[in-house]
Amino acid sequence: MDAKTRFDFKSNIDAALKDQQLRRNLRNAMDILVDKRQAVFPDSDELEQLRAAGNAIKRRALKQLPRLLEQLEVKCSQNGIQVHWAEDTTQANGIVLDLMHRHHATAVVKGKSMVSEEMHLNHFLEEKGIEAVETDLGEFIIQLNHETPSHIIVPAIHKNKDEVAAIFHEKLADTPYTEDVEELTAIARQALRKRFAGTTVGLSGVNFAIAETGTLLLVENEGNGRMCTTAPDVHIAVMGLEKVVEKLSDVPPLLRLLTGSATGQIVTTYVNMITSPRKKGEKDGPKEVHLVILDNGRSRILADPQLRQTLLCIRCGTCLNHCPVYVRIGGHAYGHVYPGPIGKILTPQMEGLERTGVLVTASSLCGACGEVCPVKIPIPDLIRRLRNESYDQEKAAVVPGGGYKKNLAETMVWKGWELANRLPVLNEMGTRMAGAMGKHLPKVGPLKQWTSVRTAPRVARSSLHGRVRKEGVSHE
Amino acid sequence: MSPDLPGSVYFFGTCLMDAVYPDAGMAAIRLLQSRGLDVIFPPDQSCCGQPAYNSGFIEEARAVARKQIQVFSQPYPIVVPSGSCAGMMKHHYPGLFAGRKEEAAARRFAGRVYELFEYLVKVLNATFEDRGDPVTVTWHSSCHALREMNVVQYAKALIRQLKNVTLVELLRETECCGFGGTFAVKQPAISAAMVKDKVEDIRQTGASTLLAGDCGCLMNITGAMAHEGMAIDGKHLAEFLWERTNGR
Repeated sequence: MDAKTRFDFKSNIDAALKDQQLRRNLRNAMDILVDKRQAVFPDSDELEQLRAAGNAIKRRALKQLPRLLEQLEVKCSQNGIQVHWAEDTTQANGIVLDLMHRHHATAVVKGKSMVSEEMHLNHFLEEKGIEAVETDLGEFIIQLNHETPSHIIVPAIHKNKDEVAAIFHEKLADTPYTEDVEELTAIARQALRKRFAGTTVGLSGVNFAIAETGTLLLVENEGNGRMCTTAPDVHIAVMGLEKVVEKLSDVPPLLRLLTGSATGQIVTTYVNMITSPRKKGEKDGPKEVHLVILDNGRSRILADPQLRQTLLCIRCGTCLNHCPVYVRIGGHAYGHVYPGPIGKILTPQMEGLERTGVLVTASSLCGACGEVCPVKIPIPDLIRRLRNESYDQEKAAVVPGGGYKKNLAETMVWKGWELANRLPVLNEMGTRMAGAMGKHLPKVGPLKQWTSVRTAPRVARSSLHGRVRKEGVSHE
Repeated sequence: MSPDLPGSVYFFGTCLMDAVYPDAGMAAIRLLQSRGLDVIFPPDQSCCGQPAYNSGFIEEARAVARKQIQVFSQPYPIVVPSGSCAGMMKHHYPGLFAGRKEEAAARRFAGRVYELFEYLVKVLNATFEDRGDPVTVTWHSSCHALREMNVVQYAKALIRQLKNVTLVELLRETECCGFGGTFAVKQPAISAAMVKDKVEDIRQTGASTLLAGDCGCLMNITGAMAHEGMAIDGKHLAEFLWERTNGR
């Protein structure tokens, strides 16, 4: 995010909620994604077994992460893949830039990669005079419109086809206006083909990196990922360090969970397994393959036994699709790279609670995200944990910015609440007073927010405690 | 009722029912009594602690939870007329006291917690005879009854027992109504958008009564319906059931 534009969650939310077109687009798209997932996992027992397996595999990987990363580096190196380590996004960008310079490249063709978004790589390269060309259809659309992804898997999901038609017509030279999806796809394909052919460096993300074999696995549906990783002379893959898994045999259940949860597919159109650059005597493939492994706060997250579950994530985006908040405000409102439930827990841990802790307030804790997460991340529990860290009463916060929200007023309110609910006399008095006030409770603070779209709750004249006493229910 | 069932049950009235829905609380108690149970209402009970727990004030939540564990000390089942409070007590108390001296007590306590309709149907196998006029209702599933307690089927089974009651289900029954405790006031705009959609879904069913098993959702939804001037009645299922059957 640009440092100059302060993150104003409330304004973002208000603007998104007012945008009826956005709300319709999101609802329609999320309904489709939810239904497709449902259709591909019809047997709930089977799904539960699969989720448990996915969770166990990722847990096992996280438990021995340092060893697996070392093994991955050794295996990749043996295979001819050059491994680079980046502590933060500045270092990661520097590594990519250095490689670009080394190959005198002025442009890079990119497959979809959320880590490259995390690095704000396009912006960084642009400043250095290097063009980054997004080749995933969704990414291509939003890049034309100077937007960022609004979803982890389907980056242009906030646009409908009419809006895409207008963008293509406006931003691509000599493009007639058409709302025909096939024609639109053909227009994008044509524009991109030229770029694949003439560009020396391709960049991609990684879905799973397999330590046992030194393999980089990448799923996609458009073939652009394969083009980016095979057509240019140099392939640079970027990944967060939590993407490593132990064994090749760990992959099938994870793949099934990933594609089923993300797009409701049993398998994607393309499954790329990259184990080496072009070998001697081979006619195609990149001459160099580089893997950039990014930390950017992940090892700090790993250190906490509860928070580390954030790193189980396989970036399927299904928590977004099932979230009643995401479906109403869309990805851009969250103001950061990772939106939705997973973004709510990941962003504050990466960027600090002080700047982004407000994200954790945007949850009713309905539990829909945790229910569908393919690797069983207890997202609601982690939201609660981060809310607790925000106030850091015990001065034990481990997330940067912990305790930023601590204030006397709220502390007093909750202390008062505690006393009223611990001391029966106070409890009874409070309920009685509220009951006597009835409709005359002052509409300030929380009640003012409440009554913007609801009538005020009517506190009964006689509480249940009073009724029970009066009407003779056993007390002990 | 099987003979080895204990004759006594605890009733946990929940803070919202205590203050806003005491009629529903009394109805729930009467329903349990109608099954021949001695219903015990410990007077020193208060709140499950969830408001503070979900707002980041764990210490305060723990203090209030500790109080409930002390108050409900006998080994009777604890019947809770809310999926959300039941979920808190059953699924979050053990974690709240993990590694503390009360951990074992919290686990034992959690093991005795039942949601009201779960207790009526699953444990007591209760059947009721409908004496009310024909009516069309819809049912709102609370998120925690649905996802934490997994007990929604019992409430709906009770509604379906009533021969003059037609149940029309919501299109998006599993979607949150936007209450979420302090969420409704910390993110009022999102919460408002959610409850508006819920109310529209309810309107579409053509039902004249909305039934729910959680007073938080009920307060949110009926408040929004009244604000919009809708003539749809909102009721806790316990109250509805008692009115139509008198527990028989």
